[in-house]
Amino acid sequence: MNFKRCIGRFVQFASIAAIAFAAHAAPPIKIGSFLAATGPAAFLGDPEMKTLELYVDKINAAGGVLGRKLELIAYDSGGSAEKARTFVKRLIEEDKVDAIVGGSTTGETMAVIPLIEQAKIPFISLAGAVVIVEPVKKWVFKTPATDRMACEKIFADMKSRNISKIGLISGSGGFDKSMRHQCMSVAPKYGIEIVSDETYNSKDTDMTAQLTKMRQNPQVQAVLNAGFGAAPAIVTKNFRQIGMTVPLYQSHGVASKKYIELSGGAADGVRLPAAALLVADALPNSDPQKKVVVGYKNAFESKYHQDVSTFGGHAYDGLHLVVNAMKKAHSTNKAKVRDAIESTHGWMGIDGEFNMSPTDHLGLDLSAFRMLEIKNGDWTLVK
Amino acid sequence: MRAGLLTARGGGMLALAAVIALLPLALANNYFYDVAILVGLNAIVCIGLNLLIGYAGQISLGHAGFFGLGAYGSAILTARFGWPPLAALAAATTGVALLAWLVGRPILRLRGHYLAMATLGMGVIISIVLSNEDELTGGPDGMSVPPLSLFGHALSGEKAWYWLVGALLLLAVWLSLNLIESPGGRALRALHGSETAAEVVGIDSVRQKVMVFVLSAVFAALAGGLTAHYSGFITPGRASFLHSIELVTMVVFGGMASTFGAVVGAAVLTMLPQLLAVLKDYEMVVFGAVMMLTLIFLPKGFVPTLAARFAPRERK
Amino acid sequence: MSPQLLQYLLSGLTAGSIYALVALGFSIIYNSSNVINFAQGEFVMIGGMATVSLIKVGLPLPLAAALAIAATTLVGLALEKFAVERVRGESVVTLIIITIGASILLRGLASLVWDKNLHPLPAFSGDRPIAIGGATIVPQSLWVIGVTLAAVAALRWFFNSTLHGKAMLATSHNRLAAQLMGISVRRVLLVSFGLSAALGALAGILIAPITFTAWDVGVMLGLKGFAAAILGGLGSGPGAVLGGLALGLLEALSAGYVSSAYKDVIAFGIMLAVLILMPGGLVGHRSVERV
Repeated sequence: MNFKRCIGRFVQFASIAAIAFAAHAAPPIKIGSFLAATGPAAFLGDPEMKTLELYVDKINAAGGVLGRKLELIAYDSGGSAEKARTFVKRLIEEDKVDAIVGGSTTGETMAVIPLIEQAKIPFISLAGAVVIVEPVKKWVFKTPATDRMACEKIFADMKSRNISKIGLISGSGGFDKSMRHQCMSVAPKYGIEIVSDETYNSKDTDMTAQLTKMRQNPQVQAVLNAGFGAAPAIVTKNFRQIGMTVPLYQSHGVASKKYIELSGGAADGVRLPAAALLVADALPNSDPQKKVVVGYKNAFESKYHQDVSTFGGHAYDGLHLVVNAMKKAHSTNKAKVRDAIESTHGWMGIDGEFNMSPTDHLGLDLSAFRMLEIKNGDWTLVK
Repeated sequence: MRAGLLTARGGGMLALAAVIALLPLALANNYFYDVAILVGLNAIVCIGLNLLIGYAGQISLGHAGFFGLGAYGSAILTARFGWPPLAALAAATTGVALLAWLVGRPILRLRGHYLAMATLGMGVIISIVLSNEDELTGGPDGMSVPPLSLFGHALSGEKAWYWLVGALLLLAVWLSLNLIESPGGRALRALHGSETAAEVVGIDSVRQKVMVFVLSAVFAALAGGLTAHYSGFITPGRASFLHSIELVTMVVFGGMASTFGAVVGAAVLTMLPQLLAVLKDYEMVVFGAVMMLTLIFLPKGFVPTLAARFAPRERK
Repeated sequence: MSPQLLQYLLSGLTAGSIYALVALGFSIIYNSSNVINFAQGEFVMIGGMATVSLIKVGLPLPLAAALAIAATTLVGLALEKFAVERVRGESVVTLIIITIGASILLRGLASLVWDKNLHPLPAFSGDRPIAIGGATIVPQSLWVIGVTLAAVAALRWFFNSTLHGKAMLATSHNRLAAQLMGISVRRVLLVSFGLSAALGALAGILIAPITFTAWDVGVMLGLKGFAAAILGGLGSGPGAVLGGLALGLLEALSAGYVSSAYKDVIAFGIMLAVLILMPGGLVGHRSVERV
């Protein structure tokens, strides 16, 4: 046979084989997600969704994971635990995803855990309550620092200001109730006594009644508002309106510029625990988190033209934990990925440095929260 | 009951039974079974609600409250007090029936929008209580529910549930069709036509209304309890005003005064959000538009309007 | 009067005024068409959100508010023309579901046109709290209460002293007779929807500086406005206002003296009791049903 034709044939075969191989080798890695992108928890789910989309694109642009592209399959649960359940079933059975990063709210997360355990698929939750990882569940991890940690951070700060008796005001939502419960249980550890306990409905528009009752109590040295959404801003405004002057603390649930905007000038002097992300630019260069948070802040804000929020940061951490685990395990095998996530050590995310273990599926400690104070309408670090 | 398969009623039931029996061939995986089960459970509630809205001509904007009470009743008795699930389910349903009877007597003397508001208020009160009593109910984040076990064996897996729900759905349809044709049912329809005329003929309108109210509450509570055990989880959102509206929409969409309409309405409106999920941000707009357009162009609801189109003209 | 009680009353009056405006919107539409417009809350939302957008573009508040009210009125007219008009004569339940569909549609559109965030509006005349007898009130609350009273007075004049208004009243009492007198029922319906939309938008703009506005504020407000309208007696203007104020005061007093967690239960519970004992509502007259 002609030599040239031989080579030609060979090249033909090789290219067909290469294409076939490439097509065969390129099924995407599927990351499933269910988020509250609409509905009452939309300000959690919306930045989470945007963050996941942004970073899946970035990771793909940089070559993907294990030579494969990532595919994000994300459903909007609207904050409903029932919808979340059906969507997770869909992700597992129909879409056949390799791992799940999602669950904006605790209710949704708890509802799907039985499905996760049955399907033996690694799941990283983006919700706040401590019950998600306590007791530890083999396949369930989470990235946000817990509400209990937030209480501890706040109480430690109060203690340093010689505050020992406080008023607690919280809303009707799951986050509020869980945080209230946690705060009540850890308060004695810091020598704090809750002498006034008021509640409001999270959709209420006026809390002067409850705050007035609190003001009548002469023992109250500071007020803690465990809430999120619109209500804490209203509480803050009402607080100033009726002339209360004791220190006001908010929860990490309002760790976004929106809270300051809604409260108007009333938020000055308020303290709250939050991730370093909110003061990214003000961090000293020596701060170990500076690089990660500034990078995320710039990427998110330049793409979406909206302020970055800590909730989106949870999604960043969740996605990267899964991707890093897959790289470390050199596989998308669910059990191997799970093991790799569980052995995450010294990885710096937006929420803090993660050090997971078989008994700790969160991996953060109190240093994950910084105490911030609002001054002149902006965040400042409390030293 | 006239057993003729040639009657619309018998034929309808046969068709439904056939669909239930053959559907698994089209259900590719557990996700599809899950949707089918949810359709079935919603259909059971809607059949009961249809008796109230379509036949008795009343309205309830608070039926999710009964659903939620049935769900939580069964959940709390099994999870917190260790009752066997069947007993818990029965107790919860009976409790809701009692509540419906107590509440129904004074409320059902109201008419029209006042009745709507009263049922709405009742539903809101139930959902707030469920959300607030977190020691018992787990609060707004909900609580886990143990699975249903029949005679010692836990019922798990979508396939087993599918057959259970399918059987119960057929039972519910049969009950509903029977009731409508019975003397009680005819009294009901007389009520719907004109309450005053019905009373003139000697029908105790309030008593009839309360009976249907209680029956529809029982359907809702039973479906609620089953949903809780199936999902393994329950949140107070199931008793919310929004859920009540969803249920009424299913009944009206499918066709009031039509048992099969209730089933169709439940099926379409349970599957629609799943189909529309791909639309993400646009889902709400499309859903609202579908609701409006269907009722504007098919004001009697899906099934009755289509049935009228295809029904043979009556000989004069 | 104790300053505490006064504080509760003032906060109740503020919330109550908004409920009253929304309830009025329900009543006006119900009067002319027997329809409960579940999209009424969305009119409130559109008024507030539109004003926020227009201010962002640079318009001064009064102009932005006026345009927002006009835009919402158009939405109300469109709702009547394209949805309600077509199904006139169908059952009450069908009509209710259509308006519910409209409210879902409007909310979906709002979340697309605007966003899913909360937005504040600047207060009309500043934020400095005013002290009254030991209690405090923000100036915006005075605006809310004042404008509501003015709106109620204006409506009263409209319905009792102008020809158009009297025509609408006539239609609500007896449609057939009104038609026989040459009143265009279709026009009355259109005007009633437009008017309710304008009222809703006004309420939304008034309350946004205090409670912020977002794509979904309409849900709760619509529900409470409906409850207030029923409490006062559906179809009665004064009843709607009374119902709204009563509901607001009930909520504030329950939160202050009984339990803030259960204040809605108390408010709804009392409403249920009123309905059962006085089926026509606080002001409504017992109606005689003709057969």
